[in-house]
Amino acid sequence: MDAEITLRVDGQRRTLSVDTRTTLLDALRERLGVISPKKGCDHGQCGACTVLLDGRRVTSCLTLAVAQDGAEVTTAEGLSEGDRPHPVQQAFLEHDGFQCGYCTPGQVCSAVGMLDEVKAGWPSHVTENLEEEPDLDDEEIRERMSGNLCRCGAYTNIVSAIREAAE
Amino acid sequence: MKPFDYERADDTDGAIATVSDDPTATYLGGGTNLVDHMKLGVAEPGKLVDITKLPYDFVETLPDGRVSVGATVRNSELAASHVIRQSYPVLAQALLAGASGQLRNLATTGGNLVQRTRCAYFQDPSTPCNKREPGSGCSALEGWNRHHAILGASEHCVATHPSDMAVALAALDATVVVRGSNGQRRIPVTELHRLPGDEPERDTVLEHGELITSVELPAPSVSARSTYRKVRERASYAFALVSVAAVMEVDEGTVRDARIALGGVAHKPWRAEAAERELRGTPATEENFRRAAEAELEQAESLRDNAFKIPMTRNTLCAVLRELTREDRA
Repeated sequence: MDAEITLRVDGQRRTLSVDTRTTLLDALRERLGVISPKKGCDHGQCGACTVLLDGRRVTSCLTLAVAQDGAEVTTAEGLSEGDRPHPVQQAFLEHDGFQCGYCTPGQVCSAVGMLDEVKAGWPSHVTENLEEEPDLDDEEIRERMSGNLCRCGAYTNIVSAIREAAE
Repeated sequence: MKPFDYERADDTDGAIATVSDDPTATYLGGGTNLVDHMKLGVAEPGKLVDITKLPYDFVETLPDGRVSVGATVRNSELAASHVIRQSYPVLAQALLAGASGQLRNLATTGGNLVQRTRCAYFQDPSTPCNKREPGSGCSALEGWNRHHAILGASEHCVATHPSDMAVALAALDATVVVRGSNGQRRIPVTELHRLPGDEPERDTVLEHGELITSVELPAPSVSARSTYRKVRERASYAFALVSVAAVMEVDEGTVRDARIALGGVAHKPWRAEAAERELRGTPATEENFRRAAEAELEQAESLRDNAFKIPMTRNTLCAVLRELTREDRA
């Protein structure tokens, strides 16, 4: 079954016809040529496909494109302003927050979404006092980023990069 | 994935009529469990009715002090809600212990409740499973069963319900508001999920077409303390081996009320009624905590790989009771 949908992807309005079975991830990569979100596990477990959906970080492999008709999607590619990387991207570069780079666009989108959640005062599993503003220490960063796996194990530098970007 | 029709619902009764009239239709919320199962070939709906745009995105305090949570509130929003953090910490903690940041941003209150009770065999269509294919047999009984149930299981199914949120709701005595083609009914959350018995394919008491529209929490008790503790194989982003949600009222060292639910141990969030009975009216002592845990676990039965869950449940429950009854706790 096909359906016509419109998405705003990295600031551009894109209209396309999709089979209802198409995930948002496959629509972006296979139909729109937006390849910064990566297909890792395709079951929401690795975080490589993370994008910002109406400003919130989500796994694009577990949501159907047809269910996101009208949504605003930001991928890692759309975070930069022209040639100027987003502060989180710059911090990943400076701290060498990757090795092979496959998980990086998902890590970056997840970090950007996560920092907004902290700014909004959202607690995490390791937040001691649920009623106080969370203080983003390394334990908090690790917990909040646990939905993004890195097979190369660049976690130490990923945490450093996010710590700097948060400042 | 099998082809399916998709509809975005804009009114509740229309959505209910559409699903009720079509035995292959089902509701779509955040999709984190359903879309995954469709990819795996475990779920094969002919039609999806997307209910995320229906007007159930609210957390509101009712005039009598109860709190009503709409079915489409995302798990992340609910955990961040001030009234939940302040008055129902056990629920905020349970939500935050579940899944990952990305999944909590998609997953809804109603969807979390009706996610499938499951195990690795259920999710693998190449293996027999009575829940996926009634009568085909249970692969877990003689197979790998480390994560499986120790309470209330049957010879047909030993899977566990993986929700953290539902365990907290069980301890809070929440009520699920459900609408169907015959109108509205209210179900205590402890009666929403079923034990497997000889119908393991049915996870809940909901009839086809019934839609969860909200969850109601009883007015918070000022003197109660509550918490959620989850034991798992990784520090984050893993299902519970065992979890405990507890709401306790203690007065001068005596337990006035105890409401306890266990996760990771049964086909449904397991309300620990035997332990509660043992605790009520008794001094809050280590010995009584242990006796209460033992009373609950008298009925526990282990499989080849999950016997560790029995002492783990006892120890986790005792640790939670100790934490909630400590005199110096603010």
